[in-house]
Amino acid sequence: MTSKKPSRLGFLVNPIVRENAVLILMIGLCPVLATSTSARDALGMSAAASFVLIFSNVVVALVRKFVQPTIRIPIFIIIISTFVTIIDYVLQAYQPSLYQVLGVFVPLIVVNCIILGRAEAFAYGHGVFDSFLDGLGNSLGFTLVLVVLGSLREFFAVGTVFGYVVTPAWYRSAPMLFMIFPPGAFLLIGILKALVAKFKLDKR
Amino acid sequence: MIFIGAFLVNNILLMRFIALCSFFGVSTSMDTSVGMSAAVVFVTMLATWVCWVLWHGVLLPLGLEFLRTAVFILVIAGLVQFVEMFLKKYVRGLYSAMGIYLPLITTNCAILAVTFLNVDYGYNLLQATIYALGVGGGYSLAIILFAAIRERLEDSPISPAFRGYPIAFVGASLISLAFLGFANLFGISA
Repeated sequence: MTSKKPSRLGFLVNPIVRENAVLILMIGLCPVLATSTSARDALGMSAAASFVLIFSNVVVALVRKFVQPTIRIPIFIIIISTFVTIIDYVLQAYQPSLYQVLGVFVPLIVVNCIILGRAEAFAYGHGVFDSFLDGLGNSLGFTLVLVVLGSLREFFAVGTVFGYVVTPAWYRSAPMLFMIFPPGAFLLIGILKALVAKFKLDKR
Repeated sequence: MIFIGAFLVNNILLMRFIALCSFFGVSTSMDTSVGMSAAVVFVTMLATWVCWVLWHGVLLPLGLEFLRTAVFILVIAGLVQFVEMFLKKYVRGLYSAMGIYLPLITTNCAILAVTFLNVDYGYNLLQATIYALGVGGGYSLAIILFAAIRERLEDSPISPAFRGYPIAFVGASLISLAFLGFANLFGISA
């Protein structure tokens, strides 16, 4: 049991920073850029995607013994789309304003490469609890990037973070409005990525 | 109007942030971008027709709207497989041009997004077709433009931290800024 512990912790911790799906592996980019217009929207999107990621990982791990390898991808897709449909209707019913903002990106969670990627690369070959940890870790990594990006964009474009005013009035009267538009998202993720690369280069 | 809107003003890659994985993954050279664009245009059209007919012919009358996500993604996955087999057997030229990109398309969100948006906007079949063409065209335009830029970036002196993806994102940001100039073209809002 003691020898297993560090690896289990690794399932949870590695995907958060070292193997971060968005910043290091460059997958699942679309929702990250599209729904990070404010910190609150970013958090909403991460919550929806995390729900689907964790549950699909767990269910795939539960049924993996009965799934023939040749038909595994369609099975994964059905499992994922079930959870996407659930979160789609839950958001529509309880968070209509958030649903409006996220729009087509809620059903599009079904083709989020991170989720199918984790099902295929991890959950299909690991136990239920390990898959849960892996799903949680990946969710946290995804959430981290999304919320950082959302906060930065909101900070530059409106001068607030999570709706709280954090900049002086002179800034808010003429903020960098373009940050809320697509070019700002591309620019910021480019800079974030460059920082990660710089960090790696320095360490070497 | 629908075509221009989807082609320039609400360009699927640069303005709506859909299908970015393939945008950055495939745009490393001109050839791959052209192949991918052709495959996307082709499959988007087919998927739009099939999903439109299914939505209005089967799901709506039976009250099965909640199955939308599951049905559409499975239809697209099946369609892609079918198209691949068909092309392999009967249209060898086209298959060799876009063959390897076809499987990748299942997870290309552009296609699924188009089928969803057609439902959300309540388009009829003709409008949906035009919209699909516009999205496919906009995708091709953006990815081919971007591939040309990236080929140039390969030989440019760039600081090591920005090499590869970071500078690609900065480049995408600048193209996206240019596309922002199309907002309100002919009164179409972004």
